[in-house]
Amino acid sequence: MSDKLLQVEHLKQYFPAGGMGKNRKFVKAVDDVSFFVNKGETLGLVGESGCGKTTTGRSILRLYEPTGGKITFDGNVILDVENKVKADMLPYRQKMQMVFQDPYASLDPRMTVGDIVGEAIDIHKLAANKKERHDMIISMLEKVGLNSEHANRYPHEFSGGQRQRVGIARALAVNPQFIVCDEPISALDVSIQAQVVNMFEELQEQMGLTYLFIAHDLSVVKHISDRIGVMYLGKMVELADSYELVARSLHPYTKSLISAIPIADPIKARASKRIVLQGDVPSPLNPPTGCRFRTRCPYADECCAQKEPEWREVEKGHYVACHHVEKINV
Amino acid sequence: MDNNYLVDIQHERLSFFTPAGEVKALNDVSIHLKEGEVLGIVGESGSGKSVTAYSLMGLTAYPGKLIGGELHFNGHEVEKMTEKDFSKMRGKEVSIIFQDPLTSLNPVYTIGNQIMEVIRLHTDADKKKAYARAVELLSLVGINEPEKRMKQYPHELSGGMRQRVMIAIALACEPKLLIADEPTTALDVTIQAQILELMMELKDKLGMAIIMITHDLGIVASMCDRIAVMYAGRIVETGTCDEIFYHPKHEYTKGLLESIPRLDSTKHEKLIPIEGNPVDLLNPPEGCEFAPRCKNCMKICLRENPPKTDFSETHYAHCFMNQKAEMEGGNTNER
Repeated sequence: MSDKLLQVEHLKQYFPAGGMGKNRKFVKAVDDVSFFVNKGETLGLVGESGCGKTTTGRSILRLYEPTGGKITFDGNVILDVENKVKADMLPYRQKMQMVFQDPYASLDPRMTVGDIVGEAIDIHKLAANKKERHDMIISMLEKVGLNSEHANRYPHEFSGGQRQRVGIARALAVNPQFIVCDEPISALDVSIQAQVVNMFEELQEQMGLTYLFIAHDLSVVKHISDRIGVMYLGKMVELADSYELVARSLHPYTKSLISAIPIADPIKARASKRIVLQGDVPSPLNPPTGCRFRTRCPYADECCAQKEPEWREVEKGHYVACHHVEKINV
Repeated sequence: MDNNYLVDIQHERLSFFTPAGEVKALNDVSIHLKEGEVLGIVGESGSGKSVTAYSLMGLTAYPGKLIGGELHFNGHEVEKMTEKDFSKMRGKEVSIIFQDPLTSLNPVYTIGNQIMEVIRLHTDADKKKAYARAVELLSLVGINEPEKRMKQYPHELSGGMRQRVMIAIALACEPKLLIADEPTTALDVTIQAQILELMMELKDKLGMAIIMITHDLGIVASMCDRIAVMYAGRIVETGTCDEIFYHPKHEYTKGLLESIPRLDSTKHEKLIPIEGNPVDLLNPPEGCEFAPRCKNCMKICLRENPPKTDFSETHYAHCFMNQKAEMEGGNTNER
């Protein structure tokens, strides 16, 4: 199929964590994750902290150098560790951008908002002269609901929601095709979150953008995404259409994740039964053998401890990695 | 005044006197709470939800100052209490759990030490008894191998475990009131579910009242009996859980409920955001603080503070929209 904008195959990202020589230890932050993102769609990525969702996003942009795997963007291989292909990223940076979680930390406090947005325009030499650069900056700011007088101000003069808009304007400045949004709304107040979510949707319509939307809040991800991938301890455990995933989740982890989310509706909340998982997420330094979820899974047995479950497509477009999918979901 | 209330705050005013000017953090706040009741306080950051609860424990530090109102808690007149009285009360009659368990536990003392400290301070238990009680508390909050944990330091535990330890410390002297200030914001959803479950279980077991401070409407819906919605230092609406969720009367409450995406929706609906930015409390607007962001703002809202409108014994709101029908219709029974 040619409408895949981004294809990620067997992505691995290990970080060294002490030890020397043979005893060298690694945190397997992302371990063998494969997925693709179609043109114009939003793929959501959810999971608990430390599950590798942010690392996945960053590795795709090669902000980290992945340990293994292959990444294809728009038909071009930008990384293939096995065949030692490493593309020069500069031209791709113009097509792939990122919006960060913390709008307080991700904007340089000494640069004006105009320069923050304009920096990318300079690097990619998109503006012929000063006037054009200025016009581009203003039009970007207007796109995200700010105005021309904001261009001369510094980040500290803005509220959290406005700063996040600046971060988005910066990402949009180079006219990208693909944006990795790493928890772009979790640092914002509830009343502001909806504004930013709506803006992401409007920009997607206007500019034909493709998003990889990373967040831990499943309700937000479900709202904005076409498809959702669920990660646990560096592995993708389930991936499906967003409504399908919430209504008919197959993996026991996804099920418990969904039931753990408090519903903002008292009658439904009283009626619903939570599946409360026991214990904590194991350390990624030495993850459990076989299926990584088995230590907290109510259905785990011998087989789960020995064999790692296969990543398979059980129904069209519904992928899951669990030995007992059929048994659990009769 | 009704003396059945465990907590009764009347017309509390509290300001922070900063170099930039007076910040009115609380502006005529009145809440009350019965024994064994769970009250949720929701609002965005800076709306005064934490300050309300902290002032009850005398935890408003300089430059914050209580400038008016009466605060009654469990027979105490809080506004007249000295620091000495407070230290006797804190941990014994009222306890608090903070948002971030790592920064609220002392990194250089063992878990056991920190739990025993509270017990020995407030009861006449000797070391042995305090130790036994601490172990009992740890198993009460669902920590495995409590005796091993007693010797561990906070950094050796996971986030969920640390929050359990915080709860154990808070409950050590079986307080009448537990203040939970965003107790699960730093935790993952599956761990959040464990902690909330635990809190409700312990509430039923020990019969304490809880003030739950949060911005998550989902948590409030599943846990609380009553809800107070705060905006810019005021309680704009309060009512039972059902009243707030199914019959919201303040425009801000309505806006909040509409702006959150719902997990159980079956088709894609656009979110309806609350426009504008949170209030700058240094220069609050004239009239209703929410007016500049309100969809149905009227002229009067920009001039005057909306009066209190009662809808039931438990439900009231401060919003002119509730008077609109009367003002326009002209044939209501008040005339």
